Amino acid sequence: MPQEVFHHTFPNGLTLLAERMEHVRSAALNVMVPAGCVYDPPEHAGIASVLSDLITRGAGERDSRALSLALDNLGLDRDESVGSMHMRFWGATLARNLPAALEIYADILRRPHLPEEEMEAVQALALQDLQSLEDEPRQKVLIELRKLHYPSPLGHDRRGTPEGIESLSAKLVRAHYRRLFQPRGTILSVAGNIDWKPLREQVERLFADWEPGQELPLRLGTQPGKRSHIEKETTQTQIALAYASVPIGQPDYYAAMGAVNVLSGGMSARLFTEVREKRGLCYAVFANYQTFKDRASILCYAGTTNERAQETLDVTLAELKRLQEGVEQEEVERVQAGLKSSLIMQEESTSSRAGSLASDWYYLGRVRSFDEIQSAINALSPESIVAYLHRYPARDFTIVTLGPKPLEIRE
Amino acid sequence: MPFHSHRLANGLQIIGEDSPAARSAALGFFVRTGSRDESADVSGVTHFLEHMVFKGTPRRTALDVNRDFDRIGAHYNAFTSEENTVFYAAILPEYIPQAVDILADILRPSLRGDDFDMEKNVIIEEIGMYEDQPMWSAYDHAKRTYFADHPLGNSILGTPESIRALTRDQMQTYFERRYVAPNITAVIAGNFDWQRFVALVEERCGVWSTGPVGRQGVRDTRGSGKFAVLTKNKVVQEHVFLLSPGPPVESPARYTADTLALAIGDDSGSRLYWALVDPGLADSADCSFHDYEGTGSFYTSFSCQPEQTQEDLEIVRQVLHEVQQKGITEEELQQAKSKIGSRVVRASERPMGRMQAIGMAWTYLHQYRTVDDDLKAFDAVTLKSIRELLDRYPLDQSTTLALGPLEKLILASSNGKK
Repeated sequence: MPQEVFHHTFPNGLTLLAERMEHVRSAALNVMVPAGCVYDPPEHAGIASVLSDLITRGAGERDSRALSLALDNLGLDRDESVGSMHMRFWGATLARNLPAALEIYADILRRPHLPEEEMEAVQALALQDLQSLEDEPRQKVLIELRKLHYPSPLGHDRRGTPEGIESLSAKLVRAHYRRLFQPRGTILSVAGNIDWKPLREQVERLFADWEPGQELPLRLGTQPGKRSHIEKETTQTQIALAYASVPIGQPDYYAAMGAVNVLSGGMSARLFTEVREKRGLCYAVFANYQTFKDRASILCYAGTTNERAQETLDVTLAELKRLQEGVEQEEVERVQAGLKSSLIMQEESTSSRAGSLASDWYYLGRVRSFDEIQSAINALSPESIVAYLHRYPARDFTIVTLGPKPLEIRE
Repeated sequence: MPFHSHRLANGLQIIGEDSPAARSAALGFFVRTGSRDESADVSGVTHFLEHMVFKGTPRRTALDVNRDFDRIGAHYNAFTSEENTVFYAAILPEYIPQAVDILADILRPSLRGDDFDMEKNVIIEEIGMYEDQPMWSAYDHAKRTYFADHPLGNSILGTPESIRALTRDQMQTYFERRYVAPNITAVIAGNFDWQRFVALVEERCGVWSTGPVGRQGVRDTRGSGKFAVLTKNKVVQEHVFLLSPGPPVESPARYTADTLALAIGDDSGSRLYWALVDPGLADSADCSFHDYEGTGSFYTSFSCQPEQTQEDLEIVRQVLHEVQQKGITEEELQQAKSKIGSRVVRASERPMGRMQAIGMAWTYLHQYRTVDDDLKAFDAVTLKSIRELLDRYPLDQSTTLALGPLEKLILASSNGKK
């Protein structure tokens, strides 16, 4: 089955992407607006999160309840979330309900009420969201890791700060909305059982007259630090560490994916085998890859009983460093098989396809074809992975731990 | 006809559902055994055994198992519930023979002593991980409080003490009793060739021993009705669960129960959403229905700031009381049905979703149900069937458990009114 991918960028800068998947009954939509938490003014940290909640509480001719009811009646499962660079709107339902859902999303994106009377509730929720992090140690340690590892504001967390959230008013949130919500840089993607021509016409009718605004500059600070320990009386110690990798779009990108998958791509991958299977040090250990346009990192996590935490950290660091000494052909073949099956299985999910279309467009300015990704996977070799690892060795770690006692770092 | 079934001479059941448009296949072995089938002296053995299954056979070391799965790019895992242990893999169609070979092999594990001792640590780590997540901890305690001496109250993970005390021989005995061929269903969905699949399973599993199967202690319960507050100073938010009785998995009323739970506690647009989350009184609120053999239960839960808990608890009890008295509205019913319909269709678009659905339907009911059968069953839910369900399973007769920093919480007068 050939891929049917469509693209159109409107004069105001809005990009529409679509993939037709004939064998399904559903469709998923994904909107990325360049309004992530990196644009939160420091004194109002958390404003994007508050906006993402407030924005669905009434839009166009519907108040909060009517809007929610209209979306529910379309059987739409949805989520509004805030990432570093983008605010993301995701929705999935039966394909026949997609046009009606798009009409409502045009209201949400362009004509939200942002009602003053809902501010108190939204702020209370944002504060609880921040507070409940204290009950989720794994998430907490990974968030603290990103804050420490990236230059401000790249590592900021969407949850913001208590002071930032408390400082907000409907007026401030509306001003933030007006400054950031605009078609330039916004990507709307759809995947599922859809027809391109009517989709494009509908999106044109709904969004072509959306006025473009200014692109906001981003000024980066310096990396805040390298080490931090959060003291907390927990059963397990949480360990998180990060080091530099190559961003997507660079020649070494697939080699970087290969390397992180040798470490953590399956249950026979190195970290799982050495830390969990051979030594029984923990239940969860993994590494994953995170990219921005201009930089990327490998983020690594392990959670373990306090008595075994030091050994877990030592073994994990040793494994990360050992990787550049060499990779087996066998390991590369397993990574290739895993990546290939993920690639093909993704074609069975409208949500993953809608997401991939948009992220390819954001990072690369085009949508990669199956064949392109497939041949890059096939071209991986122990040599290409080791060559990448020599350019980006595992060192200069940023390390955050959470638990009763700090650990000793022997680099 | 996209459905196939075949029973081997030793009693092992094989079922499959074709979907030629799929690009992959999902394959699972459903063993009808879970924490409810454990006696107190082997608490946690089912889940520990699930881990040990991946630790190797006479033909494969633990590392070989992981490597062989990874070699074919399988997305594989296993889970243990109160009633089932399921081993599964999603693969590309060309790798079905290898996937059957690995899964069938590991389901006759060696249970080697040194692997057993090593894996104990991993299980204890897993218990520790859940202990640090108060939402999970509250769920587990609430379930135990509600089911009390009913076997469904058995802990799935066990405790560090029960795991330490467990011997390899106890596990071997449990394995020989519960992993007999008639207690297992091999399930496949997606893109596959049925005749070849049956031949593969027969070749690998046809020699498995047979034996009596069954389950003791299948009975209904209405829950202990207790009210418990577990004080944990380290926890920041208060986590509250209210459990009330519901229909068993054998009852067609489970469709009504799912629909009602969604109208009460879906994460958007539900009664609890408007009562607690929309006004910012709780950071999460949920109602879901769990069905088991012989009984079922509604799990209503929320988490919020400690000082807000008393008021929220009364609001939740008021919501449940109102639904008990007046049911839900036609509008709420339609809204719930639209959401369920879309979820059922989307879940069915991946072989993994269909494999789980047909596997569960067969394990529990010996029935094949198409996506459209399920859609029709949900469509047939009416306000009247909801009324009948509520009359039979009162929502406001709950067992309540709170876990968090609070020392005290008061259960105001009955029916949640102040």
